[in-house]
Amino acid sequence: MATTTVARGPAKPGARAKRKAPFPVEFYRSALGKKYVMAITGIMLIGFVIAHMVGNLKMYLGPEEFNHYGEFLRELLVPILPRTVALWLLRIGLIAAFVLHIHAAYSLTRINHAARTVKYQSKRDYIAANWASRTMRYTGVIFGIFLVWHLFDLTFTGTNYHYVRGMPYENVANSLSRVPVALLYIVGNLALGVHLFHGTWSLFQSLGWSNPRFNAWRRNIAVAIAAIVVIGNVSFPIAVLAGAVHT
Amino acid sequence: MKEINVTLKVWRQDGPNAAGHFDTIPAPGIKDEMSFLEMLDLVNERLIADGKDAIVFDHDCREGICGTCSLMIDGQAHGPQKGTATCQLHMRKFADGDEIVIEPWRATAFPIVKDLMVDRAAFDRIIEAGGFITAETGGAPDANITPIPKTVADAAMDAAACIGCGACVAACPNSAAQLFTSAKVSHLNLLPQGQAERYKRVEAMVDTMEELFGSCTNHGECEEACPKSISIDFIALMNSEYLKSKFKNRKRLSQHD
Ligand code: FES
Repeated sequence: MATTTVARGPAKPGARAKRKAPFPVEFYRSALGKKYVMAITGIMLIGFVIAHMVGNLKMYLGPEEFNHYGEFLRELLVPILPRTVALWLLRIGLIAAFVLHIHAAYSLTRINHAARTVKYQSKRDYIAANWASRTMRYTGVIFGIFLVWHLFDLTFTGTNYHYVRGMPYENVANSLSRVPVALLYIVGNLALGVHLFHGTWSLFQSLGWSNPRFNAWRRNIAVAIAAIVVIGNVSFPIAVLAGAVHT
Repeated sequence: MKEINVTLKVWRQDGPNAAGHFDTIPAPGIKDEMSFLEMLDLVNERLIADGKDAIVFDHDCREGICGTCSLMIDGQAHGPQKGTATCQLHMRKFADGDEIVIEPWRATAFPIVKDLMVDRAAFDRIIEAGGFITAETGGAPDANITPIPKTVADAAMDAAACIGCGACVAACPNSAAQLFTSAKVSHLNLLPQGQAERYKRVEAMVDTMEELFGSCTNHGECEEACPKSISIDFIALMNSEYLKSKFKNRKRLSQHD
């Protein structure tokens, strides 16, 4: 009978031989460190989407209130800082969080693919892994693409409608009154909701925030955040289509 | 007692680098009080009598304590029964006429040796990195000589229940070994005897784990597959221990060792 041998090397000293960079870089090099970064940037991004949604609710108070709110963001912390500086600092933080979140996700995905080069050849029967947890990559990418489009649509240039810089209320009403655009907004936000449903629960684990006293709440918090963001954000295209927000 | 007839769809593979395939093998006349592995033994005896190659699979204690048995049965690690190893699964869980699909664990770090048998030496690498204590423990110590709060002892015991079978890796969509490693880390880090190496341990074991396995995305599939129902709370504990180790071992980080 043919004997098969599998190479058994000595215990490797781990990745420690390579350690030279400063602590945060070293930490980020480990997959667990990347998970911490995913979780922390995730919290920043969750904070942003909630603030973004709540701010946009001003839309229901009419054009003056809403456009005034847009102006307020540019004037944030004036006169401590010059106009738009605070806004730009926030934006830079946000961009950094996005870049790190995406880079960590990309590197971890590559690690995970390498960890199982030959897939199961029969059908898997998942018990705990849900649809949200298994589609994080896709909902993340779908939302990312939507986000780029959203920035062009309402921040950079406008997309084939009469875009006026500094008039967000009119821009929202004009852009989202187009049915396909409204649908795009709804799809993008549903993807975000699914992403938040798993991401919010998952960040507690990644950060090691586990305590029998509040563990049952981790899922509830995730459901609440996902639901609040989706309901708030999806209400905007629906309100525009229904004529509640119009120019 | 009942007899059932089932059909096995078994993964056959001659060696680590050979191409594998599913073989369909009828298994008639299976007593429902047989264990899953006894059923495979019977099938193998019939295969040998026919002059064919027996199905190679791992097994040892057959009472759920050694962690040698494996098998992905119908897409679930250790089969459909929760909190048990394959060796504790009985044929009464299956119905007459069932087709049972059996695959080996699949992970790059667990190469297939033959058929359903995989090499789980990668787990040994993780243990060698830090799954031990250096404290002299001597013979059996007097009871209560080292005071340990009951809750801590219980938690350490829950972690120590890990039999190292690899079902967590097999069930994980990312082939991550977080549940195994966290159980081994927690088992020793929770107890007074494990304190000397506490931070070195978690760092070394996690680093070794990451060289071999995927990374956790918190699906929770491992906890469901675990024959000892070890909780993913231990993964959270390991994550926080790992971060702490980065601060506690910080002096070493700047050294070029
Ligand atoms: S054979 Fe020992 S645990 Fe199954």
